[in-house]
Amino acid sequence: MAAHAIETRALSRRFGETRAVDAIDLEVRRGEIFGVLGPNVAGKTTLVRMLATLLRPSGGSALVLGHDIEREAREVRRKISLTGQFASVDEDLTGYENLVLLARLAGLKGHEAKDRASGLLGAFDLADAAGRQAKDFSGGMRRKLDIAASLIRRPELLFLDEPTTGLDPRSRNQVWDIVRGLAASGTTILLTTQYLEEADQLAGEIAVVDHGRIIARGTSAELKAKVGGGVLQISLAGKDRREEASQLLSGMLSGEVRAGGNGVSLSVDVSDPDAGLAALSALSAAGIALSGYSLSQPSLDEVFFALTGRPPEPEDGLETAPAPEAAS
Amino acid sequence: MSDVTKPMEQAAEDAVLSAPAIAARPPHAVSVSLTYAWRALLKIKHMPEQLFDVVVTPIMFTVMFTYLFGGALAGSTDAYLQFLLPGILVQTIVFTSVYTGFTLNTDISKGVFDRFRSLPVWSPGPIAGAMLADVFRFTASGVIVFIVGTLMGYRPEGGFIAVIPALLLMNAFAFGFGWIFTALALSVRTPSTVMTLAWLVLMPLTFASNIYVDPATMPGWLQAVVAVNPVSLLVTAIRDIMAGAPDLRAILLALLAPGVIAAIFGPITMWLYRKER
Repeated sequence: MAAHAIETRALSRRFGETRAVDAIDLEVRRGEIFGVLGPNVAGKTTLVRMLATLLRPSGGSALVLGHDIEREAREVRRKISLTGQFASVDEDLTGYENLVLLARLAGLKGHEAKDRASGLLGAFDLADAAGRQAKDFSGGMRRKLDIAASLIRRPELLFLDEPTTGLDPRSRNQVWDIVRGLAASGTTILLTTQYLEEADQLAGEIAVVDHGRIIARGTSAELKAKVGGGVLQISLAGKDRREEASQLLSGMLSGEVRAGGNGVSLSVDVSDPDAGLAALSALSAAGIALSGYSLSQPSLDEVFFALTGRPPEPEDGLETAPAPEAAS
Repeated sequence: MSDVTKPMEQAAEDAVLSAPAIAARPPHAVSVSLTYAWRALLKIKHMPEQLFDVVVTPIMFTVMFTYLFGGALAGSTDAYLQFLLPGILVQTIVFTSVYTGFTLNTDISKGVFDRFRSLPVWSPGPIAGAMLADVFRFTASGVIVFIVGTLMGYRPEGGFIAVIPALLLMNAFAFGFGWIFTALALSVRTPSTVMTLAWLVLMPLTFASNIYVDPATMPGWLQAVVAVNPVSLLVTAIRDIMAGAPDLRAILLALLAPGVIAAIFGPITMWLYRKER
């Protein structure tokens, strides 16, 4: 058995003059959720399409589950499932028919195919909509059907290309739960996303991609560490000791202390969480009462900004769904 | 994130773990094609209007030409209908053959083909399946037009049984002819472009033929065009069959063009299909 689920060497793909994927080296361990994070047009979909044998590389090589994506495409296809960026279900067919079709193509016969289709619809809470055409499904239902279609047989590796783009928060949370469940079953997952929150929530390891290149990789915590510490925010119980608190903080921490407009709040950048904790203890020891405090890690948005010098918004003004709100 | 496993999370895990064991050998080409054909038939079931589109035009033409021009062209509407109907059947089936290409392009533009192409099965399956389903489409539209003709008074001299060999021949013709449109579908961006370009081919092919009038009254150069038009050749063969006097030479001539088209555009279609997008 190959050591890695995915292993690429200088994998590249050009479209004319555009280097959509530019010499990407990637190792994805078996059984992990690997996140490929980047804005629109970063090359995420091109990368997935190459790994799923839909697109030939123009340079470099890749092994998927130990098989060369060009020479052993059939072997690769036998072990992977793909959920594409645009829901790859047949809109004219009902939910049930979609799954029966794919079950038959997977080699299940008659009742086996029907049972598997019904079972999956039930599991993903779609039984009530089984007889409706997929074009009448909501975005979230369509996504679930799409993922269900990838699970007719048990894939060793599942590609999820932007699984929650355009979904409402409730559907997005459901898809996240599904992804976690799939990971718990031992399936390796390569997930692409524009949402930093999503990569943070799901992926064990993240590669940040921009203009076809990997610009950073690591766990969510490692990426955050590259950018430095977070922000300490405090709310004082009263306005009278704000000046004293501000001086205490600036004495202990290197960052500039900013005062909030309401007269009781202060915030300051901290280089590491321990320094922030020490400052909080010092406030407490000085008898300065707080009504609240928070010590936040930098968001992945900030990570992206620090790595690329620009916010992770698409440059070409393509309309994208609003980024999901932070999960509480 | 809580430690409590959420219902959907558990369901997803169970769904994977409960996946049935599947034989190492994927289904063979025939069963893959039949499965895709089943899919195409389901699409007709859900959208019967795609069948009406191709049937309504010929019915309209039949009614219009018979009652408006029939008397002038053939002395009586009845006599004209006897002449016209076999030609209209051919026109119906030629129009219908565009739809393989049309639906193929719709599929590809919707991304469902990405999934099909990522499956470990015989890759031309979706196209083979679509063409198999077209046999149903051609036959259904042909039968509907034939019934309308019969209601208007058409009576084949060869008896109603002659419809069967006529439909067989037309199916064979359309099966070969349709490869132009599948190749077209894989080369252009949108389904409506397929339709627009297809009509540019179909209008002259069906009008500059012997479907509506006897070419004897046409100028010499046009007669020459009509005589070699594959649609004319098919109409001639179909008229013979419906008249109860099938002519082998006419049948072979009718199959010549679709045979050549399939030989050229079949491989082009497959090449375009396998080529990545």
